[in-house]
Amino acid sequence: MDWWDVLLVVVRVVGVFALLMVVTVLLVWIERKLVADMQNRLGPMRAGPHGVLQTVADGLKLFFKEQITPAKSEFLIYMLAPALSVITAFLMFLVVPFARPFDITLGGEVRSFTFQAMDLNISVLYVLAISSIAVYAVVLAGWSSGSKYPLLGGVRATAQAISYEAAMGLSLVALIMFIAVQNRGGDVMSMASIVDFQAGTYGATDGFLSFLNPIITHIPKWFILPQVIPFVIFATAGVAETNRAPFDLVEAEQELVAGFHTEYSGMRFAMFFLAEYINMFTMSALMVTLFFGGWGGPFLDTIALNVGPWLATVVSFGYFMAKVFVFLFLFIWIRASFPRLRYDQLMDLGWKRLIPGALLWLIASSLALAIRQFGLPWT
Amino acid sequence: MMGIIGDLLKGMGVTGRQMIATIFGDGMITTEYPKEFREKPDRFHGRHVLNRYEDGMEKCIGCELCAGACPARCIYVRGKENPADAPVSPGERFGFVYEINMLRCIFCALCVEACPTEAITMTHLFEMSTTNREDAIYTKTELLINEDGSANHMFPDDRLANLSELLQADGWMRATAPQGRVEYEGIPGWTPSAGVGLRPPEVGQSGDAAARDFTLPDDATSPEVQPDEEE
Ligand code: SF4
Ligand code: SF4
Repeated sequence: MDWWDVLLVVVRVVGVFALLMVVTVLLVWIERKLVADMQNRLGPMRAGPHGVLQTVADGLKLFFKEQITPAKSEFLIYMLAPALSVITAFLMFLVVPFARPFDITLGGEVRSFTFQAMDLNISVLYVLAISSIAVYAVVLAGWSSGSKYPLLGGVRATAQAISYEAAMGLSLVALIMFIAVQNRGGDVMSMASIVDFQAGTYGATDGFLSFLNPIITHIPKWFILPQVIPFVIFATAGVAETNRAPFDLVEAEQELVAGFHTEYSGMRFAMFFLAEYINMFTMSALMVTLFFGGWGGPFLDTIALNVGPWLATVVSFGYFMAKVFVFLFLFIWIRASFPRLRYDQLMDLGWKRLIPGALLWLIASSLALAIRQFGLPWT
Repeated sequence: MMGIIGDLLKGMGVTGRQMIATIFGDGMITTEYPKEFREKPDRFHGRHVLNRYEDGMEKCIGCELCAGACPARCIYVRGKENPADAPVSPGERFGFVYEINMLRCIFCALCVEACPTEAITMTHLFEMSTTNREDAIYTKTELLINEDGSANHMFPDDRLANLSELLQADGWMRATAPQGRVEYEGIPGWTPSAGVGLRPPEVGQSGDAAARDFTLPDDATSPEVQPDEEE
């Protein structure tokens, strides 16, 4: 560890911050445009070509707005809650690798420059932990506002978080178990190695399916194929975790004004807004990393070998963003299509479908993995 | 379970189709107002004008029927005896003070229905935002049309004022048999109005342009029912 390492860490963190800010600005615009298209409207058109700068304009407006503090609020918590929500949103993205690492020589030493602010060997647990803390921001914001609608929003957030985080965690347990059996001895919970595990395609089989080999050898080894059910559960819980429609009971406009952030204005409101979009991006990035091969894609090694590692990095970043955008598009599409769930339906889906589904899958897949490893008990 | 998923996909199909229609087809139903103006329906209820006859006389006779009919109670009229040497309107009296509070008006056009002389009609003008409440009270200065038939705009220099719509006060409304002839019973017609002259009478309340070409009955020879050739 020398000064170059410190510098690299700083560069990475600043880079991730910049990436998230740019993505948020674009994402808000893209969402407004797409929802407008789905509703036969124009959407923002004025600020910049086709309204691309609308988010910047809105941000500036919010920046100069008065920050109202309700008389009955718990001021310290009221003020800290938005900060907590933004901080957790940024923290969550830190472990996501978003491009192919390459080697650079600095200070006479070859170092690997990774596009990931930090690679924990418990990244998956870290993500779950941070996403639980993020719920506190919502709950505390609702409670400390000293007003009824936000409080209701906060209470709903608690119940929703408990129900969906359980399902999310369980779905990841099955995934991690699968990875651990496949890649014995690897860093099974580090995001960087999870991406590496998914590199390449399936090998040719010599079983009765061998006639499919021309196809099989072109299917990437992404975890989505063996783990469809955990993915569906993770994605559903992810939408619920980010409090987006149709699970946005926390800020249900029609019932709760604006839910937990009713009493917030100016920059404090903007922080919640920012956090929501960062979370949406992070959730999509996590789905891509855990189930769709992360930044991996075809020809990366060829490019790195023939043209240069830098181009492979750029291309891999393109792959990553393209995949993430597919999920962001889904997020937006779902929001534009479905009405909000009723509260009992939300609980129904969480406790009666997702959690039992995740548990069943966990049991079934552990049995399958055990049988594959040790054979049937009576043989 | 499968049914639910099918329903969800069906819902997403609807929005997806609309999105494709909007981006690639002609699904877009909004326009970029005020850059683009949309053709308004003929009978659009915009703000009011007070009309004049062709010779410049005001149509309003200060009878206050409009004020009585107004459900929002937003019209104030005070009539005044016409000066004998320079009459303002053909009747005994004329509308001396005439005010409409546009903040209260619900644009129901009951005033237009009530008016016996078609003095008050509605136009296609709708850009009426103001920055204070006084400006929302339209007085006779703004309401009365000019001698050439163009409407007065409260803020002619405003960015939102669509001046092309000021040129013709359309005076488009019910007007049953102003000619007072039995053949026209139940058929909307017009009184001559400044800037428009006498419009051809119409059959029915709606219908296409061809249907509006109402041919007069053979005995309809009195000059005031002929369509004005100059328009
Ligand atoms: S349109 Fe209706 S509400 Fe408005 S002034 Fe006329 S009668 Fe009153
Ligand atoms: S506008 Fe018509 S109804 Fe109203 S006072 Fe004048 S003549 Fe009478």
